[in-house]
Amino acid sequence: MANSRQESGFQIRRIWSDERARSALFQILVVLGLALLVAFFVANTMANLQARGMEPGFGFLQDPAFFEINQNLIEYASTSTFGRALVVGLLNTLLVSAAGIISATVIGFLAGVFRLSNNWLVGRLIGVYVEFTRNVPVLLQIIFWWSILTGLPKVADSLSIGNSLFLNNRGVRMPAPILENGFGWVALAFLLGVFASYLVGRWARRRHMATGQPFPMLWVGLGLVVLPPLLLFVALGQPLDWDIPEKTRFNFRGGFNITPELVALWWALTTYTGAFISEIVRAGILSVSKGQSEAAHALGLRPGLTMRKIIIPQAMRVIIPPLTSQYLNLTKNSSLAIAIGYQDLVSIGNTVLNQSGQAIEVVGIWMVVYLSLSLGTSAFMNWYNSHIALVER
Amino acid sequence: MKSVKYLAAAIVAAATIGGASISHAATLDDVRAAGALKCGINTGLPGFAYTDDSGNWTGFDAAFCRAVAAAVFGDGNKVQFVNLTGANRFPALASGEIDLLSRNTTWTFSRDVDLAFTFVGVNYYDGQGFIGRKSLGVKSAKELDGASVCIQTGTTTELNLADFFRVNNIKFEPVPIETNEEARVAYLADRCDVYTTDASGLAATKTTFENADAHMVFPEIISKEPLGPLVRQGDDQWADVARWTLNVLINAEEYGVTQANVAEMAKGTNNPEINRMLGSEGSLGEMLGLQKDWAANVIKAVGNYGEIFDRFLGPNTALALDRGQNALYTKGGLLYAPPMR
Repeated sequence: MANSRQESGFQIRRIWSDERARSALFQILVVLGLALLVAFFVANTMANLQARGMEPGFGFLQDPAFFEINQNLIEYASTSTFGRALVVGLLNTLLVSAAGIISATVIGFLAGVFRLSNNWLVGRLIGVYVEFTRNVPVLLQIIFWWSILTGLPKVADSLSIGNSLFLNNRGVRMPAPILENGFGWVALAFLLGVFASYLVGRWARRRHMATGQPFPMLWVGLGLVVLPPLLLFVALGQPLDWDIPEKTRFNFRGGFNITPELVALWWALTTYTGAFISEIVRAGILSVSKGQSEAAHALGLRPGLTMRKIIIPQAMRVIIPPLTSQYLNLTKNSSLAIAIGYQDLVSIGNTVLNQSGQAIEVVGIWMVVYLSLSLGTSAFMNWYNSHIALVER
Repeated sequence: MKSVKYLAAAIVAAATIGGASISHAATLDDVRAAGALKCGINTGLPGFAYTDDSGNWTGFDAAFCRAVAAAVFGDGNKVQFVNLTGANRFPALASGEIDLLSRNTTWTFSRDVDLAFTFVGVNYYDGQGFIGRKSLGVKSAKELDGASVCIQTGTTTELNLADFFRVNNIKFEPVPIETNEEARVAYLADRCDVYTTDASGLAATKTTFENADAHMVFPEIISKEPLGPLVRQGDDQWADVARWTLNVLINAEEYGVTQANVAEMAKGTNNPEINRMLGSEGSLGEMLGLQKDWAANVIKAVGNYGEIFDRFLGPNTALALDRGQNALYTKGGLLYAPPMR
């Protein structure tokens, strides 16, 4: 080793003939070029901003926003800051994304399983659903559902259920719970029930592994989670009241409202992404070799149990990685909200950008937020994937 | 590593110089070199910016673009119209995508100072109003407690509305909308009880309703909305071209110079003010870096302010707006242009 190094000395020509040195040189050049390109863009932007007398920085987030937002999960008034307005937008994005991911997964799994059904009609109907929603731009679907929802009866002719839940073209207005003294105990009992059923579940699984004895976990768990809080609720004299919506001159007042924008966006994202997920699930199921289900049948397992215990667990390993990218797509597609006026991060950011003039900062915030959301989702899904991956012994 | 730093520093320096020289370029020269004025207008607002039967953009705001093009090129058709929403108009102007913004934009302190634009004057004195169905039975905007209000995002009206409801201690549900056309759809679908924007915009939108009589613009005006054209800050010569084009339109009305008689008057009259303006005396055009007959070209292309107003907004149009505050100061209005001297 020492000898050869001495021999090679320090000759420039050697760099070209030595493969390792050559590849290192090219890599350094590429990194240098990239750094210079970035430096050029940053410097050019700063120079242009300065020339226009615009102050870059995030100080504007402390300034009052002076505009209203129609769906705020946290306290917000028009005198709140731009920063708070953006947080309200972020929460609205998270709400529709989380709800969309859950419902798209349910619909996707059901559609994927049923598409393989032996029932000709069911299989074909699911096929029509998948091919139609998958091949129409999601933006059009969002606008389509929004037009359907705004075509519902007007406020004056709202459809109502029991005079407390109202449906009209401005959304679903429903009673809101008012928590009274003592409700905290009920909530605590619920949480304890969840924890207890988790412990029982672990014990039951171990016993099942050891002895083969099945345990009616569903019923026991449900009992633990529902019964104690329910009894406590009655014992404490039902510490819960309802804020029932009332008709006023223009709208309903009280209760809470789910806007048609939220429903249209959520449903369009759900059906669109659900169609892709169903194809992923179908592929996953078909990837499990036929011998597995034949072996299960030979052991006398019923078809439902075969699906649940044999096919799906093996299919999940194929399903999870592409499923992750569907979740990321759904979250990113939620920014199409702006087309129908759902006030998500992009929509509110647009207003902030326009009222404050801080375009680069707001676009920067958008990119960082969506990047973090995506990386967070992938990190979780990768963890889940390694959790259920085939353990090789 | 050291040489990397030097190289980076050199590139940064070059970029700084390059960037600075780009942003300070004379807009007038750029416009001449491009052969057409890039002018930002609305995406569609009857009376102000709309397409005529042959597909050309026209209207009150578009006419101002043509006036400036006529001042620069002597030809009011050398305009490249760029349609912009309330939200993307300012980035378009700031980034140099357009040379002039003529899109019913309110002159405010923060837009002038903080966003670094220069408003070249006011060509329409407006105020924010509401339109609603007559069947609501509402007489004043203060009765709108609990109503859903359609509103264009990124506008001054959005801010005024929040102020108005806060000050009067009433609540509303905002229904945010990007463009006037989307607002029209949402309002007609009864997604909102009232739609609020500049009163002129309401009159314009109302003309497109199938059953216009069922709707009314409330008499109440809740804000000052002086609308005017604007340019980027920092190029005074270009701002002067736009500002004095607007002044020519107003002065021409005051002096009785019209599209019909401008050719005759440009030969010389017994009014020295008209002569200086139209170029038969003095050298105002050269001072501005334009042709001697620049102002005459403006009037030839689009007519004077009064003619433009009558053609697109006046009583003989569907909008049927009164001159009101937009009459000349000699007729009880607010329009007053500095002298051509």
